[in-house]
Amino acid sequence: MGGIHPKGHKLSANHSIQEVTLPPRVMIPLGHYLGAPSMAVVSAGDVVKVGQLIGQANGHISANVHASVSGVVAKIDGHVDASGYKVPSVFIDVQGDEWLETIDKTPEIKRECTLDAKMIVKKISESGIVGLGGATFPTHVKLTPPPGKKAEVLIINGVECEPYLTCDHRLMMEKGEEILVGVSILMKAIGVHEAIIGIENNKKDAIAHLHKLAIGFDGISVMALQVQYPQGGEKQLIDATIGRQVPSGGLPLDVGAVVQNVATAFAIYEAVQKNKPLFERIITITGKSMAHHGNYRARIGIPLAHVVEQVGGVPGDTGKIVAGGPMMGRALSNLDVAVAKGTSGVLFIPAFESARKNMQNCIRCTKCVVACPMGLEPYLLMTQSERSMWTEMESDRILDCIECGCCSYSCPSNRPLLDYIRFGKTNVSKIVRARLVRKN
Amino acid sequence: MNIIILSILTLVLVGAVAAIILYLASRKFRIFEDPRVGEVEAALPAVNCGGCGFPGCHGFAVACVEAESLEHLVCTVGGLPTQEKVAQILGKKANTFELTVAVVRCGGACEVRPRTNQYDGVSSCAIAHNLYGGDTGCSWGCLGLGDCEVACKFDALHIDPATLLPVVVETKCTSCNACVKSCPRSILELRKRGPKNRRICVNCVNKDEGAVIREACSTACIGCGKCADVCAFDAITLTNNLAYINPDKCTLCRRCAPVCPTNAIVELNFPDKKTINVLI
Repeated sequence: MGGIHPKGHKLSANHSIQEVTLPPRVMIPLGHYLGAPSMAVVSAGDVVKVGQLIGQANGHISANVHASVSGVVAKIDGHVDASGYKVPSVFIDVQGDEWLETIDKTPEIKRECTLDAKMIVKKISESGIVGLGGATFPTHVKLTPPPGKKAEVLIINGVECEPYLTCDHRLMMEKGEEILVGVSILMKAIGVHEAIIGIENNKKDAIAHLHKLAIGFDGISVMALQVQYPQGGEKQLIDATIGRQVPSGGLPLDVGAVVQNVATAFAIYEAVQKNKPLFERIITITGKSMAHHGNYRARIGIPLAHVVEQVGGVPGDTGKIVAGGPMMGRALSNLDVAVAKGTSGVLFIPAFESARKNMQNCIRCTKCVVACPMGLEPYLLMTQSERSMWTEMESDRILDCIECGCCSYSCPSNRPLLDYIRFGKTNVSKIVRARLVRKN
Repeated sequence: MNIIILSILTLVLVGAVAAIILYLASRKFRIFEDPRVGEVEAALPAVNCGGCGFPGCHGFAVACVEAESLEHLVCTVGGLPTQEKVAQILGKKANTFELTVAVVRCGGACEVRPRTNQYDGVSSCAIAHNLYGGDTGCSWGCLGLGDCEVACKFDALHIDPATLLPVVVETKCTSCNACVKSCPRSILELRKRGPKNRRICVNCVNKDEGAVIREACSTACIGCGKCADVCAFDAITLTNNLAYINPDKCTLCRRCAPVCPTNAIVELNFPDKKTINVLI
């Protein structure tokens, strides 16, 4: 249902993954986008090694945070994140690059996993793994189904439907076997015998590569999908791969599916087989005016300014710098923002493309309704949001909105539909949360 | 000829029947409303601002008539004269209250709080606040997109194009609370008008540490506590790196403002300091 077809612009698809040098200081955010921020377990003056625990998960929906560099903790303070608000972060002054001895740094691929399901989930939880597709939902929560629900199939998200981004694509090309080992570990963790890796048809090399490798693994198949945005959304991907629809307000588990990103599968491989917690990720640095595009392995907490400097600086005609893809990414207010677990890339949009056009009246063309992948009526929700009609918005299922931006993209009157819908969604979820608290 | 008479008769008959039905219906479904409600409503300002907490002036009038005493029923828009008129109609004791006025608690004009990025999204503070920290280094201060200006029904708030901060026209402000509710960052506050409209307040709402916020705004409260030290009346409290002057305790002695290193404390409607010195 719905969806749009923006141009791919996968400019960095053929650039292999490179390392980012270490800056003099990193700021590792303790808060994720989703869930409670973790609690710092180090204090100023402590000496830390790479991979050492610095933030303890605080509650069920929260994840551990590990040091991504070795050095001395300078302070624990607020640091601006992609939203422009401060989140508690651990500032570490880098000294050398000394890893914990327990981390296996050898490049050999370890295929056998002797741990049982419970131990795997525990290991994932300890390693602070969150969904690396962008939503950063703690992975161990997804792998612990609520009582009465049983997973039947594991779906691996290699769709990367956002234009420009190529980090998952490169990872599939370069770390294909590791990803597949990660997938089989995941299958063991949730007790399923079938896994489907969904990849869009614009990454034919990755499909062929993983298809060839998957022959050696039981129950893993690769499915080529037609190119469409937002197919990488959890519910959209379930529909595309196994043809089941998640009910409104429900979870993928309601239809027996668990969805994980390929980058998450790779992180799980590293955590379980190599004992390496999540402290680095692949990010794409790209943009039409960039001299050098690229995919980089960056430690969490490196300021984006440092990464960008290494790539050759900000292009002169840049109008907007976006963390993430052009559809769902966030425009940055400054480049001091650190690489977080959910940062999939940095995109430089030239000024002539980034300017917002003047908003005009709604002409009731229903393009937004056709484009909405969740079957909502964006034009209506926007009007309701303008008029603060929260009750009506809730009954019109605003909370189903995945904020993919198809409505704003398709609107011929340049109406900022998503801005208003997101505002309404924030208010409605506040009301719903308050109601839940009152009930308990 | 016959047909004309016939049609007149028919119409008269239909009219008569309809009149009887309407008469019976109005007797049967009559709702009694206290005639005083209408009188009270006529005495109210009829702006339906909702500042009293009721849905419009009619709701307020009904509440006034039904209430035993007028103690908690306040129409700030009409002020004391209206309050007395209502009391007179109902034969109850008139309510007295202290007049308040909206105060903008952000001094981050363009020259003291430089813009660090450009916002080109929807021109609404609520949406910008929901989206990101704002186009300056301060994520607490005024966004300057004018939600308060839109909310004000009395033309008493305007965004100054030079400073991009709202300015309250004190003669027009009725303290209806609409602007306070519209501000997503709680920058506006209703404060006592004070004697001769004179007030002293901290013009800042940020809770960041002094060293951090000073980089973003040169007139922000840095939480140094000098004002609290110098205050002889315990009117100034310091919480979360932010000073707050309690209007109930403040005696307008003017000792705090001169000691503020960032000029975050403002004195409103006071005569010029220089004139006082000359007089002394």
